[in-house]
Amino acid sequence: MTPDNSPFLELSGVSKRYGGVRALENVDFACRRGSIHAVLGENGAGKSTLIKIIAGVVQPDEGIMRLAGQPVRFRDPLAANAAGIVCIFQELSLMPDLSVADNIGISNPPRTRLGLIDKRAQRRRTEELLARVGCEDVNPLEQVKNLPLSRRQMVEIAKALGRGPRLLILDEATSALTSSDVLKVYDILKKLGEEGLSLLYISHRMHEIEALADTCSVFRNGRHIETFPAGTRGPDEIVQLMIGREMAHVYPPKPAGRGAVPPVLEVQDLRWGDRLNGVSLKVGKGEIVGLGGLDGQGQRELQLALFGVLSGLSGTILVDGKPVTLSSPAQAKHHSIGMALIPEDRKTEGLMLPMSIADNIGMAAMGSLTSGVFVDPAKERAAIQRMVDKLKIKVGDVADPVATLSGGNQQKVVIAKWLLTEPRIILLNDPTRGIDVGTKQELYQLLRDLADAGASILFYTTDYDELIGCCDRVLILYDGRIVRELQGDEIDEKAIVATSLNLPTTAETPFSAEAAP
Amino acid sequence: MNDLRLRLGQNLGLLLAIGLFLLFWLVYNGLHPKGFSTAVLIQNANESFVIGAVAMAQTVPVLAGGLDLSVGAVMTLVNCLASVLVNGSGWQMVLGIVVCLAAGTLAGWVNGVVVVYGRIQPIIATLATGAVYIGIALFIRPTPGGDVDGDLSWALTNDIYEFCATYGLFDDGEAAWLAPFAWIPMPLAIMLLVIFLVWIPFRNSVTGRGVYAIGSSEGAAYMSGVRIDRCKIAAFTLAGFFAGLGGLYLALQTSSGNADVPQAGAYTLNSIAAVVIGGTSLMGGSGGAICSLIGAMVIRAISFNFRIFDIAPLLQPLFEGIVLLGAVSIGAARVFRVKNRLELLG
Repeated sequence: MTPDNSPFLELSGVSKRYGGVRALENVDFACRRGSIHAVLGENGAGKSTLIKIIAGVVQPDEGIMRLAGQPVRFRDPLAANAAGIVCIFQELSLMPDLSVADNIGISNPPRTRLGLIDKRAQRRRTEELLARVGCEDVNPLEQVKNLPLSRRQMVEIAKALGRGPRLLILDEATSALTSSDVLKVYDILKKLGEEGLSLLYISHRMHEIEALADTCSVFRNGRHIETFPAGTRGPDEIVQLMIGREMAHVYPPKPAGRGAVPPVLEVQDLRWGDRLNGVSLKVGKGEIVGLGGLDGQGQRELQLALFGVLSGLSGTILVDGKPVTLSSPAQAKHHSIGMALIPEDRKTEGLMLPMSIADNIGMAAMGSLTSGVFVDPAKERAAIQRMVDKLKIKVGDVADPVATLSGGNQQKVVIAKWLLTEPRIILLNDPTRGIDVGTKQELYQLLRDLADAGASILFYTTDYDELIGCCDRVLILYDGRIVRELQGDEIDEKAIVATSLNLPTTAETPFSAEAAP
Repeated sequence: MNDLRLRLGQNLGLLLAIGLFLLFWLVYNGLHPKGFSTAVLIQNANESFVIGAVAMAQTVPVLAGGLDLSVGAVMTLVNCLASVLVNGSGWQMVLGIVVCLAAGTLAGWVNGVVVVYGRIQPIIATLATGAVYIGIALFIRPTPGGDVDGDLSWALTNDIYEFCATYGLFDDGEAAWLAPFAWIPMPLAIMLLVIFLVWIPFRNSVTGRGVYAIGSSEGAAYMSGVRIDRCKIAAFTLAGFFAGLGGLYLALQTSSGNADVPQAGAYTLNSIAAVVIGGTSLMGGSGGAICSLIGAMVIRAISFNFRIFDIAPLLQPLFEGIVLLGAVSIGAARVFRVKNRLELLG
């Protein structure tokens, strides 16, 4: 920590509204030089809006932002960059068709005397930056789309460093990294902090924050709740600050052990490219099985494979003990199999945004809402109303475009769409990302009700708490295979974190040992 | 070695197009009674220049993830303008050429401004502006005709020797040092000049790279601080310049201007085909003007062959279409390697 304690970045009274939704409400926030400042909060707590305002992506409705004491207002990311604010976003900001060197040099490439891009100098600089983040194995000429996700994220970090940041914002920047890369990134970040840089660190991983941050700020429902030095509060206290109430009430009770259940879905030695390396699992009737692990360890691919999206699979998928071949989502949803996938990105894979709420809900089950060859409007209306009531979707009129709904209600529409097909096997891919606590709670209850009614649920989530609170069993994936199955009381954060990083579970998590002094 | 392999791998589409061109062109020359002669080369180069220029024009907006339906119209507009302006004394002709190229560039710039500040989809914006440009062309030249300087037309549609001879340069083209280059057709020489003086500098400029970045991922480009508006306008402006160059050359080649609406449409559609055959992705982000030039040459080489093989003229479009479909399909073969069906929908 440097002796200079004046805030480098200071926000006062900042508010931001999107339509009727208050994303940020009168926020005061400050970040010192040389500080690694963690920003904590649930999805939808206002963290990403805060970052977007600082990085010039959106403009605040009210309030003042000061940088090194001077009031600033950024029109676009370019202006924020010029002031030394560099962001590493959760959604990668790399251009897939461009080479690594072109990506790293995109905003300010070295030029020749003629003002053109000096490719040789650019390549040298790229090699230096890659070496700095320990990625000497990446060829600067390689197109980014050909790199694995973890390398891409390291390139992203190299790119950010290349822009000479004074304030570096990392938004879930480590989500796809391998554990050795994570340690490398920690070293780089700590060094940058010692050099006097301000770092804003957003992560859902409590242990990362324990290992790195010296200051924590908690946000909830668009408000800045509290800022405190790291280590002065226990994890339970922090979680309570984040969700604003006791944790215990969030999840419905799990049914007591009911012994072995017959598997409805069984997977044997499933392989696909280098992303799935022999996955075997069973999901029984009425069971909620969680998929855990770091992001990008094959969980998404596993669900896509089961849903018939991937070709070139090897291995066996059995439904009700019979081997099946699934080569399209249309086959997977057919009533003989009865599978449904609630996808990760509801905006592109889950919903047709400009179409009405009713059309979206009816889309997957259209085949069963007919009389003769035509869609029966009365049947359709009744079915849609049933779903709106069942899921308590807050709609004005079901004829409104689904884009007018809030994130939580949009997600409910996606789920309603698939519940209409009366699925027996439900695959969920991070369904609670970006939705509010209240809706989350309703979804948890809904999942449990569905399971109790006999559905088999395979639930991938990046939120450890959901694995702990919701799932009967948890399977941890690492590098395309299941490394551990947790059951009953074994499902706790420590076990999940340790196995996610593929560490021996008997040892302490390595990060607690080297937590910030 | 590793670098070379990467570069080759990233340019498979271009290599494929070069292979296709060589195939069709060598067959044509092999069967032509005067095959592999300067005369045939000059004729081929003349006939390929305009479509090549228009294909290069199409490429730039495509790289930025757009599509320009007005390239044929801009070409036609400049063609008509040139049929009025490119004559008279030497300086008048130079001025005429400059005005023609400037007009094409201006038309492209207008496209860019409409797309960027009008927030209109490129495909619909250029459909509308294209109709406007054709309208202006018809206004300039209601009936085909015009007057293009004969000497200039002769000099620029032959080889370098004739060019020098016409204008008394380098001992009327007899200078000893010129001999190794004397056979090069002028259209080829002009095209090379344009590539080295316009396209390659653009490609290596910050703006040019921005165009690729936008086509690859507009959101990521914006977050990386690429000046999106400027790059998009530049892309359409450069397209206007290339299309204008094509129009100017067509005027020299035919010694006239013709506001031919179906011809403008055909050039636009062929330019898209040339872009695809050359290996530029219609999604944007990869490829380039040189690729599309080769793509245009492939299309032309296919039609050259119809002169050799005795195919009834009525059947020509049918065969041309089938060969084109085949050529494009080779490029689309990557589909078989895609393992995630969602990626096919991108």
